[in-house]
Amino acid sequence: MKEILSLDHVSYTYETEDEKPHKAIDDVSFTVQDGEWIAIVGHNGSGKSTLAKLMMGLMYPNEGKIRVFLEELNDETVWEIRSRMGIVFQNPDNQFVGSTVQDDVAFSLENNGVPFEKMVPRVLDSLAQVQMEEFLDHEPHHLSGGQKQRVAIAGALAMEPQMLILDEATSMLDPQGRDEVIRVVDDLKRAKGLTVLSITHDLEEVLLADRVIVMNEGKVMMTGKPEEIFAHGDVLESIGLDLPFASRLSRELRKHGVNIQGEHMTEKELVNELWTSHFNK
Amino acid sequence: MDISFQQVGYSYAVGTPFEKRALYDVNGSIASGSYTAIIGHTGSGKSTLLLHLNGLLKPTDGVVRVGDVNITSHTKSKELKTIRKQVGIVFQFPEHQLFEETVEKDIMFGPMNFGVPAEEARTRAHELIKLLGLPEDVAKKSPFDLSGGQMRRVAIAGVLAFQPSILILDEPTAGLDPRGRKEIMELFYTLHKEQNLTTILVTHSMEDAAQYADNILVMHEGRSVLSGTPEEVFSNADKLSEYRLGLPRTVAFQRDIEKLFGKSIGRLALTEDQLAIAVSQALKEEGER
Repeated sequence: MKEILSLDHVSYTYETEDEKPHKAIDDVSFTVQDGEWIAIVGHNGSGKSTLAKLMMGLMYPNEGKIRVFLEELNDETVWEIRSRMGIVFQNPDNQFVGSTVQDDVAFSLENNGVPFEKMVPRVLDSLAQVQMEEFLDHEPHHLSGGQKQRVAIAGALAMEPQMLILDEATSMLDPQGRDEVIRVVDDLKRAKGLTVLSITHDLEEVLLADRVIVMNEGKVMMTGKPEEIFAHGDVLESIGLDLPFASRLSRELRKHGVNIQGEHMTEKELVNELWTSHFNK
Repeated sequence: MDISFQQVGYSYAVGTPFEKRALYDVNGSIASGSYTAIIGHTGSGKSTLLLHLNGLLKPTDGVVRVGDVNITSHTKSKELKTIRKQVGIVFQFPEHQLFEETVEKDIMFGPMNFGVPAEEARTRAHELIKLLGLPEDVAKKSPFDLSGGQMRRVAIAGVLAFQPSILILDEPTAGLDPRGRKEIMELFYTLHKEQNLTTILVTHSMEDAAQYADNILVMHEGRSVLSGTPEEVFSNADKLSEYRLGLPRTVAFQRDIEKLFGKSIGRLALTEDQLAIAVSQALKEEGER
């Protein structure tokens, strides 16, 4: 296993003029390994957006160190480090610069002086990976939300990043758009072993992660596999997070006297459990 | 105020090369005091339709009737003033429309614009700050110093402040965390009941439509294609899938369980509570056989 990112006792405090300083990140440490899919969850105001900004080097910690690709993130290293991370933000409408889909994907390559003959196959390849190769000459603004975010991912992929950061990238999409984006990221992860760091509210996305980091009041509250995290349903709800539908329903069914063994995070698992425990005797 | 659509059609940019038909022959009615959900795939015309409800758009064809006022292509904007006082719209990401120096001023803007005296508007602003669960000291803060969830609440307060009798919600919880979503949806439902509002919710969440609405209007490719109670609409899984819409998770789960049982387990479960009761009862009966 190779380390991709590590936070070592990181804290960050926002200084405001009229109020007492607000410690948004409080002594956070964790490590992300090459090829992992990490979901960072937490309610609005839990510190996860601040964490995202720190990991992208948009601001630097007051205390502690962040290491990306085994280099300390600071003013000298930030540009080189950032050129190796792909970032997709929340609002699909705020991240387009090109007038066509292919121009947009080519933008960062052009900016980084990639020669034309190398640029063309990379653009086509990136768009194929998000299944948008048929939209080369479309105007980005006429695409659906899910398509826009897939183009944004292609733009990130064109730079051949070692890590993809999704900063609430699905939260403004409709259910279909959300599924499209999650499916594309899941495929990429399987096919290329891309490291994915996703800051999200979306439970379906969390279920696909290898590891979940739960943030609350600026601290890491829990970390573990999705099934380990969702076993603490009451704790998650007490900090304003939701549970997968199947977990919630299991709990309700137990209240009504139905015997359910174990934790079931998807509807399919729960239906199977009900089948084995009640019919398959 | 009752609302009805009679053969409503709408084209954007009429008479230009960019003319684009967004609505065709939309029919339907929304009873005063009801809670209606409008569902449809992205681009189905939901948002265009709701812009007709306070005359932000006037139909190219047909009539939109809001209370006693008929809105047609000939209606003058002046005639729409009475409607605009009655119809509050919470747009998607309404916090993008905050602009005043303080939260209090932002909430007061709407009512004062409709001639409410400053003192009364201020009183309302403070009541709404409380109602929306915002800390009292936000009144004098800049809305731009608040968190995203708080800004959303301020923007909603700004719409509620002019006391509309028809409240239109366009994806009001998009981008909020699960707790924020639930709190806001519950708040709208309480207001709907307590103030006898006519509520219209445009949503992608089949769960919210199932749980809160009395009636559902389904839009597809600019047409109104299906309407009825949540039970009626969500009994039509095949039609909905044709319109690229899914079932609420509760109903989908119920269908899976029914396949397992080989029979129906009763009424359509529109909430998780109803589903848990129906499934546990069915399992008990099965066990006793």
